[in-house]
Amino acid sequence: MLVDADITLLVDGTPRPLTVDTRTTLLDALRQRLGVTSPKKGCDHGQCGACTVLLDGRRVLSCLTLAVAHGGGTVVTADGLGRDGRPHPVQRAFLDRDAFQCGYCTPGQVCSAVGVLDEIAAGRPSAVTADVAGEPELDHDEVAERMSGNLCRCAAYANIVPAVLDAGRELAREEAW
Amino acid sequence: MAQVLEPRAMGRDLVRRDGPDKIRGTAGYADETPVVAPLYAFLVQATIARGRVLDMDLTDAELGEGVLRVITAATAERLASTEDAELAALQSAEIAFRGQVIGLVLAETSEAARRAGELVRVDYEQDPHDVTLAADRDDLYAPDTVNPAYATDTYDGDVDAALAGADVVVDQTYSTAMYHNNPLEPHATTALWDPAGPGFLTLWDSTQGVHPTRSAVQKVLGLDEQQVRVVCPYVGGGFGAKGRPHVHVVLAAMAARAVPGRPVKLALTRQQMFSLAGYRTPTIQRMRLGADRDGHLQAIAIDVVEQTSRIKEFAEQTGLPTRMMYAAPNRRTTHRLAALDVPVPSWMRAPGECPGMFGPEVAMDELAEALDIDPVQLRIRNEPDIDPETGKPFSSRNLVACLREGAERFGWAGRDPRPAERLEGGWLVGTGVASSIYPTYRRAESTAIIRYDMGRYTAAIGAADLGTGAWTVLPQIAADALSVPVEDVDVLIGDTAHPYATVAGGSSGTATWGSALVEAARAFRDKFGTDPDDGDAIAGSAGPSDAAQRYTMAAFGAQFAEARVNADTGELRVPRLLGVFAAGRIINPRTARSQLIGGMTMGLSMALHEQSVLDPRFGHVVNHDLAEYHITACADVGDVQAHWIDEEDPHVNAMGSKGIGEIGIVGTAAAVSNAVYNATGVRVRDLPITLDKLLSALPD
Repeated sequence: MLVDADITLLVDGTPRPLTVDTRTTLLDALRQRLGVTSPKKGCDHGQCGACTVLLDGRRVLSCLTLAVAHGGGTVVTADGLGRDGRPHPVQRAFLDRDAFQCGYCTPGQVCSAVGVLDEIAAGRPSAVTADVAGEPELDHDEVAERMSGNLCRCAAYANIVPAVLDAGRELAREEAW
Repeated sequence: MAQVLEPRAMGRDLVRRDGPDKIRGTAGYADETPVVAPLYAFLVQATIARGRVLDMDLTDAELGEGVLRVITAATAERLASTEDAELAALQSAEIAFRGQVIGLVLAETSEAARRAGELVRVDYEQDPHDVTLAADRDDLYAPDTVNPAYATDTYDGDVDAALAGADVVVDQTYSTAMYHNNPLEPHATTALWDPAGPGFLTLWDSTQGVHPTRSAVQKVLGLDEQQVRVVCPYVGGGFGAKGRPHVHVVLAAMAARAVPGRPVKLALTRQQMFSLAGYRTPTIQRMRLGADRDGHLQAIAIDVVEQTSRIKEFAEQTGLPTRMMYAAPNRRTTHRLAALDVPVPSWMRAPGECPGMFGPEVAMDELAEALDIDPVQLRIRNEPDIDPETGKPFSSRNLVACLREGAERFGWAGRDPRPAERLEGGWLVGTGVASSIYPTYRRAESTAIIRYDMGRYTAAIGAADLGTGAWTVLPQIAADALSVPVEDVDVLIGDTAHPYATVAGGSSGTATWGSALVEAARAFRDKFGTDPDDGDAIAGSAGPSDAAQRYTMAAFGAQFAEARVNADTGELRVPRLLGVFAAGRIINPRTARSQLIGGMTMGLSMALHEQSVLDPRFGHVVNHDLAEYHITACADVGDVQAHWIDEEDPHVNAMGSKGIGEIGIVGTAAAVSNAVYNATGVRVRDLPITLDKLLSALPD
């Protein structure tokens, strides 16, 4: 038996009430119910990262997240990252470094990179952090490891890592962002 | 000789015009077409590899809430043409491969459609199937031609006699795996059948060519050209998988025709892409090289065995690069196919050249070792003066320059050729090299219209941007053809409402569409001069290339790899890849570099990770998702560099440009395998190079 639920999501700053089937993923709720198509569906199984959004401030795979479990939640997609008409430093760095080709994985890469930089800044270690009790460095290996959940078949990786490093350094300078 | 444009905008490092939309995710892909109240389609697939459907029980499926209908072979419309068996959707009960579409559910939501698909019960009559490729099968056959229209076999001189008389012979068999293109955007079509509208059928389809897709669909459905419009402004990656329409496009159209006025969305799942969207055949390559003591090749032979499907032939031209890479008086290339109960193979990035430069370029490394000649020098020593296959001159051929510059940049000089001699911190270290080649194609026909309005020029052509940069590069060409600033030029692409454009395939897009833009610009200036009026517009078409009759035209490259293999665990890392390419004029260095490093990294992926594992018992790819079909991820990639030499080629086209979309993947896997050999002394002739192939043979 099907069960529908009425929830409200705050999507890129706008409250969006909607009715979801309890089977509906956050990704399908955004794309198919709300027409918010910035997050992409690449695999629907949490294997590619194209659907990555920031949910309540943390990066999540929206295809593995049930919408009904996150009523009242705050969702930021790549389309909602900019401010005052300016792209987020991560987005600007992706443009400057040509860190994409087809663009399909890009919104997920961008959201993931924002999450990665937050995680490093917060001192959370990764599998390649030498001293898990210390502060992780913002370097190639940390970024490459943490971005490895976001596949890019155009294989822009050699541009993505420098882009994320550029953005990380800029964010460290511009605390106001 | 073409009159080559003076480069002003061409050659400039311009940021992608579609970049601002792509970093926000607002560039609209096929499944994102904003239509009102779409229905969602879900495909039901056969779970046997050969036989027929006896009965389908749709009772439970059709009872589902929101389910509109289930279309099967029993209820589907009869198609006007079933000549292309891959596209003959739901026309018979016969099953030719596991995963073949046997039904389509239409429902109000994607969840309801998918659930209903799972509730369809099918009775089959199952026949024995055969999905196993082997070089010793007794039913191998020679196709009439290999893709797209090359001779199946070529012979020159007497290979056997030359091998018998050669000082050194390499005779080895190599294999490449079955590969799936796996663009990140799954194949998707949004379809609307609207008898009341301006066109009857509109397909928003993720395709490498809107016009070729229209041609295929109109034929299958029995429609006129004017009754079908195909729209595709952005493609989320193709790599050949979206070069030819696959069956889902026809199914989306059939579904739309079943519900006139209602848009239908059909997106393949990632799993479905492993049986419905084409793939690269596995190949078995027997290579024989014979050389004299000085390393001059006396004989080159490649005998290729590969597969196709029982219902539709695709013959990958794996022997092609061997026909023109190196000089040798005695030559032989052959292709044999096994027609199996498997999904239909098709194009995947550099069909022919990509697998066909694995065996030969590893064999060259083996020959270099046997002769104790440096692998770079061996290749230079066998540089031909003319195309050995046709006897024609090359319009330009700078393989030697690529090898030399690559060796310099990579730090090849002083390389220790002895295998398994360098241990650094528990890691065995080695380097390898391989050559790259990709033919320079220009397709026979494309047309562009250039229009002037209020100080701006707009060029319209039904071209496709798969991430290749067409949105950015075509304005650069048009600007130079018109002698105006690139900032004053807009382009419109990705719609059959624009003039006819050929497929983005064979690395021919920019050359073909650019040639059409140049012709349109010349016609525009001839007719309207340099001070046109608003609304002035004219079309121009690219014709066949005369120079192709006189010259062999191809891009070349050299790729260098460093491999590090953990001496205890066999773990393999490739911290460095460096390629140098000779591909004519580079029109936009930014987008070009991305294409080249992308191709090289996909080649690394082929070397280390990719392999579709076909289960002989059931006939399906068992690792049919991105968790198990491994492609390179961010942490697999280290320093990847692409460089190019300044190459002037006045013969290829008015831009002087050769294709760059595919050459990057050609030769990479061989360079990596050769580096692994230098590191470990283990010669891996069967891709991918996984640690199980290294571990037992590593030195103590």
